[in-house]
Amino acid sequence: MSDHAWTWRTELFIPSETGAGQRVLEDVLGQLAAQQWSEHEVHGIHLALEEALVNAIRHGNRSDINKQVHVACKVSASKLWVQIRDEGPGFNPDDVPDCTEPDRLEVPSGRGIMLMRAFMSRVEYNECGNCVVMEKERPSMPR
Amino acid sequence: MAAHRRLEVSEVGDVTVVRFVDRKILDEASIQELGHELFQLVEQEKRKKLLLNFSKVDFLSSAALGKLITLDKKVKAQSGKLKFSNIRPEIYEVFAITKLNKLFDIKDDEAGALAAF
Repeated sequence: MSDHAWTWRTELFIPSETGAGQRVLEDVLGQLAAQQWSEHEVHGIHLALEEALVNAIRHGNRSDINKQVHVACKVSASKLWVQIRDEGPGFNPDDVPDCTEPDRLEVPSGRGIMLMRAFMSRVEYNECGNCVVMEKERPSMPR
Repeated sequence: MAAHRRLEVSEVGDVTVVRFVDRKILDEASIQELGHELFQLVEQEKRKKLLLNFSKVDFLSSAALGKLITLDKKVKAQSGKLKFSNIRPEIYEVFAITKLNKLFDIKDDEAGALAAF
């Protein structure tokens, strides 16, 4: 990862209110568009990032404005790497029920992690569950 | 009829056709407001046949999906019918991944949805 030719990086803290992540989201998406990522890829990444940020703010930090979310992101023409860490106690992602089970379809919540995994190449939580790293790799482009 | 900020509401016969003002349905305040306006149509205005036309929508977060699920329950509780139409492929993909395409009645276009009521 350290020898990859990243063309853009950002790292910041955002307050625990769900609108606060929009600016960094727009910056990341803008960089992806500038690097010629496809609309479909950008849409999927947008959704994954949105879900991860909302999870950190609402579930991790319980929307406590005294707590912050740390966001770090690196972009290149072929890869995206993002780390989102909250100040909460963490959780076990394996405890999240499968939202596609027939008896869970009508439950209004619980789809965020599934959508993150669907659109990103890799989604990994740290041991306590208050930090997630997501990566997206584009398929190899023909020379 | 209540004023709407997030929705454009019209009638075609006895069907209420709803379009969304926002292209991207993602921030918490907007989603709360959107949910409130949708639920009002069913619970206060007692509309029984609802068609949600998603033609202007190009982003939908899982929180917004949650409001649609709750709306569906409220419509069913009133013995009503809810249909969706004009969902873009990227948005439909989200419904398919979450298997919500099995819960909701989704039609390609408004005409097809109206004919199905």
